[in-house]
Amino acid sequence: MEPTVEVVKSDVLVVGGGMAGCGAAYEAKYWGKNLRVVLVEKAATERSGAVAQGLSAINTYLGQRWGEKTPEDFVRYVRTDLMGIVREDLVYDVARHVDSSVHLFEEWGLPIWKTDEGKYVREGPWQIMINGESYKPIVAEAAKTAIGAENLYERVIVTHLLNDPNDPGRVAGAVGFSVRENKFYVFQAKSVIVTCGGATLLFRPRSVGEGLGRTWYAIFDTGSTFAMMAQVGAEMTQMENRFIPSRFKDGYGPVGAWFLLLKSTATNAYGENYMVTQADELKKYEPYGSAKPTPTPLRNHLMLTDILAGKGPIYMRTDEALARLSGGDKKKLRSLESEAWEDFLDMTISQAGLWAAQNIAPEEQPSEITLAEPYIMGSHSGCAGMWVSGPEDIAPPEYFWGYNRMTTVKGLFTAGDGVGAAPHKFSSGSFTEGRLAAKAAVQYCADHPGEIAVDQDKVNALQAEIFKPFETFEKNQGASTTPEINPKYLLPKAGLTRLQKIMDDYAAGSGTWYRTNEPMLTRGLELLGALKEDLNNAMAARNLHELLRCWELVHRTWTAESHVRHMLHRKETRWPGYYYRTDFPDVDDANWRKFVNSKFDPATGAWEMGTKPYLQLVP
Amino acid sequence: MPSFINPEKCDGCKAQDKTACQYVCPNDLMVLDKATNKAYNQEPDLCWECYSCVKICPTQAIDVRGYADFVPLGGSVTPLRGTDSIMWTVQFRNGKIKRFKFPTRTKPEGAIQPFADMPEPTPEGLKAQELAGEPKWLMIEKMARLEDKG
Repeated sequence: MEPTVEVVKSDVLVVGGGMAGCGAAYEAKYWGKNLRVVLVEKAATERSGAVAQGLSAINTYLGQRWGEKTPEDFVRYVRTDLMGIVREDLVYDVARHVDSSVHLFEEWGLPIWKTDEGKYVREGPWQIMINGESYKPIVAEAAKTAIGAENLYERVIVTHLLNDPNDPGRVAGAVGFSVRENKFYVFQAKSVIVTCGGATLLFRPRSVGEGLGRTWYAIFDTGSTFAMMAQVGAEMTQMENRFIPSRFKDGYGPVGAWFLLLKSTATNAYGENYMVTQADELKKYEPYGSAKPTPTPLRNHLMLTDILAGKGPIYMRTDEALARLSGGDKKKLRSLESEAWEDFLDMTISQAGLWAAQNIAPEEQPSEITLAEPYIMGSHSGCAGMWVSGPEDIAPPEYFWGYNRMTTVKGLFTAGDGVGAAPHKFSSGSFTEGRLAAKAAVQYCADHPGEIAVDQDKVNALQAEIFKPFETFEKNQGASTTPEINPKYLLPKAGLTRLQKIMDDYAAGSGTWYRTNEPMLTRGLELLGALKEDLNNAMAARNLHELLRCWELVHRTWTAESHVRHMLHRKETRWPGYYYRTDFPDVDDANWRKFVNSKFDPATGAWEMGTKPYLQLVP
Repeated sequence: MPSFINPEKCDGCKAQDKTACQYVCPNDLMVLDKATNKAYNQEPDLCWECYSCVKICPTQAIDVRGYADFVPLGGSVTPLRGTDSIMWTVQFRNGKIKRFKFPTRTKPEGAIQPFADMPEPTPEGLKAQELAGEPKWLMIEKMARLEDKG
């Protein structure tokens, strides 16, 4: 049956209602009081995106009002952590604004821990502690109230962006479908802000069954941000970068509170602190090896060195940390223990469940940590994403083309995980960056007052393509008595496992302990090509839920392909501990202290690879 | 641990348009079986265990059983979410129980006034770098600029 069609016209279209999307919707409505701001979310904004479950800390807060940190301090820290290459204009811009977002969160009702003097309790130099179970409902309420319920489209998945038929280098909107009813959506918009988060499940996970669901990053982050923008020709940067979280084993519970707040150390099974005993390894990667704090990839590298030396399991010494901090005071111990449990219960409930099921009492015994499978994202200690313009007052000409956070496609903006080369935003910085993008989008609308055109033939073709998996199933279901096994089609779960195996085997997954080389990447790319063909020709769905999974898989596969292409291009090992090019094992500052960029040409289907200069702005 | 539904407690949200768990699940997992009027998790191996369904269920019919490939049986984590705080009961495999209560919000739901006390936006303001409510909400005199620094 043909789906019904709804056309929604707007000035600012925000795709994805996570932290960045909520920040964008909020700010767009402030500056664009008379503009129509529409937010589209594939789930319920109240509990969507990476903060759906809650958080126990806000990781980016400078405390400028108390003179704690400056934006320059932040740039230096972030630059070091990503081993020398970040867009300092973008990082500085987030830093100078992020405190105002955090103050608004508190005003809206987010409980933030306070010291006796009324300052925020610091978890670490940049982090503050919160009671963050309702962090997302609070932020979502502000965004939803700002734009009004009539401008919120939930349970609608956006699958493709639209180019302007009169100017293919300009965005004209997006299309998608409802996951609740047989309905196709056409969103016409003068400006579009894509904030659909990062990418999970591209790689075979360490778990082997149901644990597939226990991704460290939000499982609903399916690479849509990167895929949809790449497909309309937006330039990408640093897509070779990934984040490998070192976390409590299997549950992927956070380690930040243990390392920073509770001053715990991690050791191998024989009690050796690998940060000390493997310190010589750091000398291979100077000047970053001797930087303080040690960059995240290098801390991973030291742990990995111990694991490969056969010294695992690796343990977080929770028992020693609690004993040391409580100093034998039972009341103090109980309060510290409660803080430790809240850390899990606020943001990774599974980890609390795992400890309970394994009878782990953190005050009595240490707990295993390990390195997870790779995640592609731009908001944590990872910097994959789109190449965007910086702010007018900071960005040098090489980094500026008119509108803050605009991609190389006119009118197309992004924020949060979508902005490349600007890591360490986390929740507060992503919200802030959404605000920055939205303000610029409103200015863009003011500068481009004309109506935007849509190519109806293109829209019709996309509609047919989006719903084709239903047809493929209907037409071919008779070829087998088992719906999951059919020679004529591929259900999304089958396609997902193929993607994960290719990426793990060839693209430096956890199965090879993050090692790859040119021949492996080239072979991986060939197999991804076959997967893309199969998805294009034979992807099948039996219901709207599977149709959603089909398009998530397409987005994941495009993200994976860009990741591999970028890794092939960067002929060095920039981030040991994230991945190793075994054919180019060194950090090569002389040739590669620059950004790797790529651009897909929608007209020819060709990928163009290149580099952009790294410019130091902060001494 | 994927979420599962206790059929004795689930009332299908009394045959309303959609169930609470269906409304909230960030990964589109919860479905109402029209024949039995009970909800179920249609894809347990893509459950993130965010507990959004557990927290929102009006009859406390939803629980979680740890991911079978790495969680031993016998433990449980049960939230009870009120208007401004949440209570957690953590039961260990060995029977030990721990209880925790944490605040969740300092102001009632629905009270947010997004642009309260913010000045009307101006065309000059739109061209400047300050975001809505800045510098007031930065709580410093003026927004930092790179060129201001020596």
